[in-house]
Amino acid sequence: MLKVKVNDIDIEVEEGLTVLQACEIAGAEIPRFCYHEKLSIAGNCRMCLVEIEKSRKPVASCAMPVTEGMNIKTNTKLVEKARKGVMEFLLANHPLDCPVCDQGGECDLQDQSMFYGIDKSRFKENKRFVPEKYMGPLIKTQMTRCIHCTRCVRFATEVAGVPEIGAIGRGEDMQITTYLEKAMESELSANVIDLCPVGALTSKPYVFEARPWELKKTESVDVMDAVGSNIRVDTYGWEVKRILPKINEDINEEWISDKTRYACDGLKYQRLDVPYVKKKNNFNKISWPEALHILKNKINSTNPEKVAGLTGDLTNMETLFACKELFQKVLKSKDLESREKNIYINLNSRKNYLFNSEINGIEKSDLILLIGTNPRYEATMLNARIRKSFLKNNTEIISLGDLGDLTYPYKVISNLTEEVKKIIENNSDISKKIKNAKYPLIIFGEAALTLNSSKYLFEGFKKFLKENNKINEEWNSLNIIHSNASTVGSFDLDIVSKTNETLEKIDNNFFELIFLIGRDNFSFTKKNEFIVYIGSHGDKGAEIADLILPGAAFTEQDGYYTNLEGKLQMAFKASYPPGKAKEDWIIINEISKLIDKDSMFKNKDELLRAMHNYLSSSKKDELSSLFKEEYISEKIFTLPIDYYHSNVIARSSKTMNECRNIRTKLKKTGTEG
Amino acid sequence: MRISRFIKTVFMFDFLRGLIIAIKEVFKPKKTINYPFEKGKISPRFRGEHALRRYPNGEERCIACKLCEAVCPAQAITIESSEREDGSRKTTRYDIDMLKCIYCGLCEESCPVDAIVQGPNFEFATETREELYYTKEKLLENGDRWESVLAANIKADNPHR
Repeated sequence: MLKVKVNDIDIEVEEGLTVLQACEIAGAEIPRFCYHEKLSIAGNCRMCLVEIEKSRKPVASCAMPVTEGMNIKTNTKLVEKARKGVMEFLLANHPLDCPVCDQGGECDLQDQSMFYGIDKSRFKENKRFVPEKYMGPLIKTQMTRCIHCTRCVRFATEVAGVPEIGAIGRGEDMQITTYLEKAMESELSANVIDLCPVGALTSKPYVFEARPWELKKTESVDVMDAVGSNIRVDTYGWEVKRILPKINEDINEEWISDKTRYACDGLKYQRLDVPYVKKKNNFNKISWPEALHILKNKINSTNPEKVAGLTGDLTNMETLFACKELFQKVLKSKDLESREKNIYINLNSRKNYLFNSEINGIEKSDLILLIGTNPRYEATMLNARIRKSFLKNNTEIISLGDLGDLTYPYKVISNLTEEVKKIIENNSDISKKIKNAKYPLIIFGEAALTLNSSKYLFEGFKKFLKENNKINEEWNSLNIIHSNASTVGSFDLDIVSKTNETLEKIDNNFFELIFLIGRDNFSFTKKNEFIVYIGSHGDKGAEIADLILPGAAFTEQDGYYTNLEGKLQMAFKASYPPGKAKEDWIIINEISKLIDKDSMFKNKDELLRAMHNYLSSSKKDELSSLFKEEYISEKIFTLPIDYYHSNVIARSSKTMNECRNIRTKLKKTGTEG
Repeated sequence: MRISRFIKTVFMFDFLRGLIIAIKEVFKPKKTINYPFEKGKISPRFRGEHALRRYPNGEERCIACKLCEAVCPAQAITIESSEREDGSRKTTRYDIDMLKCIYCGLCEESCPVDAIVQGPNFEFATETREELYYTKEKLLENGDRWESVLAANIKADNPHR
């Protein structure tokens, strides 16, 4: 610990911190543009100048390490003058177009010039003009406003791992560009918009839509993948205008993926706002009582054995639990299924289906083995962590099969299950590597669990890791990446048919009445079933439905989601369902009222209490090791993910469509791989 | 004191003085105006009916910065904006609820491009409330109608700003 003085306050700080960080600890605010906690230090904006005793000139505090006995002053005349000077230089070439700038109201330059700048300009010369740069469908540029903090450049190179943004030219002629003027090929590209302290990089889909002060801000959870990034949903009236990241060091740090950020315009299009019934291949609008009456007759005339339910990828846990109760107690059916394929899952313990090492744990790992997963597209934020780990520890990353660009280098080994068999039978170099590694990380993808020998592979790996003390109290190196937000929640609520027959029976058209609860990914073809779709968007599910009950999207209802690490998080209601649509759990509750006179739950509190009871009672924390299954040699593959079209909201989003078009066009140039 | 008061009362001194003033005024020019046909002079700073101005080339001035909406103490202004085809920032909706408006003039004060102004017109009473919910079209029409006066007023007031 070092003893330093900040504005005559004595503090002790750790070694290796910068003067700026020391000042922050002491509570002295330092203005900055280029400095950012999560990026490397550049020290080129000079806004953070402070006075240090025995130093003849003011010092850039962000780049100066703290030394013993430093006497730092941040409130002297000299510092004030230095800040004013720097601000004047920054504003010399900055156009004063705040009224038309989208950053207005949340602009660092605006705020800091109000606080630290001077009120009059002495710059009479002509201002610089920089031509606009094309950066893809998400980022709008106005490079004349750029103050050359290079945050975006550092983000692209360090965090996103695609060094596609850079600076050309020197001094006044310096320009930030994507060199070839193409869309940034990263799933994290839009984070540069948040990073940009001025309005040089702004959001293209949100262009001129609203001002930050007129938006209602709701903190929520993302449902585009299973990571459960923390987000802030900004709404203007009913409409979700934009989604921004919320800092959560344990999950998404400060970033979110482009899909999380820009799929929100899908909440406006293709919405189901009234119940529909299909008559002669036409959807007719009907009222809720009529719809429920039709459903009641159908349920009463159907044998409970012939009723099945499929829950969806974005369904919150309240709805899942209500569905479970509905099927168990009211409809008396056993066929409720949350999985999209018959993936192998061992529900005896939570540890069998979670990302046990936790996302924070990735940072300290020294060996990562990817089995049948492409983290870049299945869990983008997690991939960013792997890259961070690679940069920090030079982690060795091995993948079974070539996955293309993952933003970090990795070793490719054969994608046959024999490779895994060799590892668990201790006949491979990798087994040795795992044994020698202190914190190895084995990541199974959902694709690996769909294999015929998935049980052998998974349980075998578990046994191998246990025997080598890689699964212990402190560190559990066995991980699964799920691809949907609702997956872990449904497993926690045991919404898996025990016999694995439901999906097969649905494919064989065994059922007469099928409930699709927000489910749009399925593989069966409809024959004579009566299909009830409960969901928010008119997509694949609604297309084949006979009765559509309009539900709410994740921003329109309070709902719990469990992320892939098993963290229970809540998505809060930011807006309300359109038209006559209702919250999902209310619809399920009303269906139960049709059959039983008493509804299952009087209110949401009762539902939540029952759900939490279930969650706390059903956990059995023990690892069971089955190791007798037959082994088949086959290829391990990764899920073919249509990244920008992975769920109903993204499919309805114009921005996502545009991204998808651009990405597929980029692929066609033939320059990849 | 009491005597002088007594004399004034007896001779109706105050009364006569009033009468003299009245008689004098009869021969002076009239101070009242014949209102609907004649109008008083008003200051260039008069805060009357709102108008949205245009540039001389016909382009609307408003850039949808939403400062007037933010500053409006009565929250009478509603603005929605989006990008126009040519990429410029323009309003898609500019409503003023003239019933909520307290005619404080802050919107005019905050406007960076002199788009929203309060003109000299104060005669816009209507029979129904609905007619006082002004839309962008109405405000632009006002601007077109009053432009010469509005420009002159802004010019007259300019040296004092």
